Amino acid sequence: MTGRVYAWEVRKLAAQRRTYLGLAAAAVAPVVLVVAIRVRPPQPTDPGSPFFLRFAVESGLAVPLLMLLFASVWLFPLVAALVAGDIVAAEDGNRTLKTILTRSAGRTAIFAGKVGAAFTYVLAALLTMVVASVVAGCLASGFNPLPTFSTVVSPSRALLLIAGSFAVYALPALGIAAVAVLFSTISRNSAGAVVGTLLAALLMQLTQILPVLDSDAAQRWMLTAQLQAWQALFRTPLDWGPVVHAAYISAAYAVPALVVAWVHFVRRDVSG
Amino acid sequence: MSVAPVELRGLRKTYGELVAVDDVSLTVRPGDVFGYLGPNGAGKTTSLRMMLGLITPTAGEVRLFGDDPIADPVSALADVAGFVEEPAFYPYLSGRRNLEMLAALDGTDGGRIDEVLELVELAGRAGDRVRGYSHGMRQRLGLAAALMRSPRLLLLDEPTTALDPAGMRDMRELVRRLAGEGITIMLSTHLMSEVEQLCNRLAIIQLGRIRYEGELADLLARSRGRYRLDATDPARAADVCRETPGIRDVEARDGTVWFAAEADAAATVSLRLAESGIGVRTLVPGGQSLEERFFEITEDGA
Repeated sequence: MTGRVYAWEVRKLAAQRRTYLGLAAAAVAPVVLVVAIRVRPPQPTDPGSPFFLRFAVESGLAVPLLMLLFASVWLFPLVAALVAGDIVAAEDGNRTLKTILTRSAGRTAIFAGKVGAAFTYVLAALLTMVVASVVAGCLASGFNPLPTFSTVVSPSRALLLIAGSFAVYALPALGIAAVAVLFSTISRNSAGAVVGTLLAALLMQLTQILPVLDSDAAQRWMLTAQLQAWQALFRTPLDWGPVVHAAYISAAYAVPALVVAWVHFVRRDVSG
Repeated sequence: MSVAPVELRGLRKTYGELVAVDDVSLTVRPGDVFGYLGPNGAGKTTSLRMMLGLITPTAGEVRLFGDDPIADPVSALADVAGFVEEPAFYPYLSGRRNLEMLAALDGTDGGRIDEVLELVELAGRAGDRVRGYSHGMRQRLGLAAALMRSPRLLLLDEPTTALDPAGMRDMRELVRRLAGEGITIMLSTHLMSEVEQLCNRLAIIQLGRIRYEGELADLLARSRGRYRLDATDPARAADVCRETPGIRDVEARDGTVWFAAEADAAATVSLRLAESGIGVRTLVPGGQSLEERFFEITEDGA
């Protein structure tokens, strides 16, 4: 039954405009970045500029990695929150929970289907972003070897690392989606859940700005800090430590969030 | 003996200090068209929500065909369908898509969709998004969604509310037809005429408590052999009635006197009233309508 619920949740997402807003943002943002780079090309010697930005003119394959850097600030939390924050609360908004909960699917199956659909959307948005940024970057700067923190890798090797980077990035991104599902379930209000998720993500990122909280220990436990873990793939020898840590931390946020949301969902009164 | 489609025992739901449903017990028998009658806010919808497993009772039991919809809604609702308040659908999907989705949640292939759309006369608009549907169309789509499950029990919450007269007539016709096919129907309503037209049994609920449960015919029969007297001095007229042999159950309400009597005793009353100098405007036999019985029951209990 969960499979049927999941399939229909995906179809419902496909029928809603907000779904395409997030996907469009994921597709357009790399193009905007490429245009900005073309208008004002960065210099390899620019002090303080992100590492991969310095090489975005030499290799289009730097663009997807720049996207990961920039998107982690607010773009991807917003994209994830837009749909995951809405996926349960929208049922309250439309008053359709009573419609679906009086059929032959149990509450757990419905909740699981919704989480699956929200996660699918996040992965689809990530895939859209990686494809758009690779295509836009390579059209603008060429399919060239990519400098890493330690060496220069061939374009095919760079593609492999980019795929790996997006996979690592997906872990905390799914964690953010899980938090959004929690807010969506508890608040029963789409706008509240979206804003709440964004605020939570921004507050976590504030810890990187505030000197009091910007300690290594604090950062190790922040979900949003794990959005940078993919950079470990570009060190030689490859450092799996941050990647494994990101997996643990993402699970540490996602699992309790989903368990609390599930318990709330299966036990709540549907009176609206 | 067949299992009762609906059995409520000591059902209670509270929200903090507010008691929405208070010790409700009733039984809907197979083949009933059961009216759940009460004013707005009486607890009808809350009761139906508990029957459909949407909210958990504070106390008491619900059984649908012997199964508990709170503990195991999926199996308890296997032969049950219906809606509470206005049926709700995804506005961005068409009526047909909504039904397809619900069929998928029922684990079926939606083979009855065309049939039920025809039945509720929505086939022509099934491809339109629900966003553009009128209230009446949503009610009919709600009924289509319920019928798609081929239920043995239909729970309908105010099915004709906000429908235009033609819509109300069509909905009642449909309910009669479904009852004729052997589906047990429980419908909550605040419309007495609806209960009189459709139901064989009813429960009257007020302030969360059941005031009456039984046959509609029995309820109305209790008022047969009664007379209504409109006199120039209702208080003295009531006294004259009480003093007349063969007159019983005299009540004076709102300037009207009600009493029970055989025809001869009623004739005697009219003579005595004249002798007492009390003018008789009307003295008519007639049972009370359901509306009058409803107010009698609920105002007594208030």
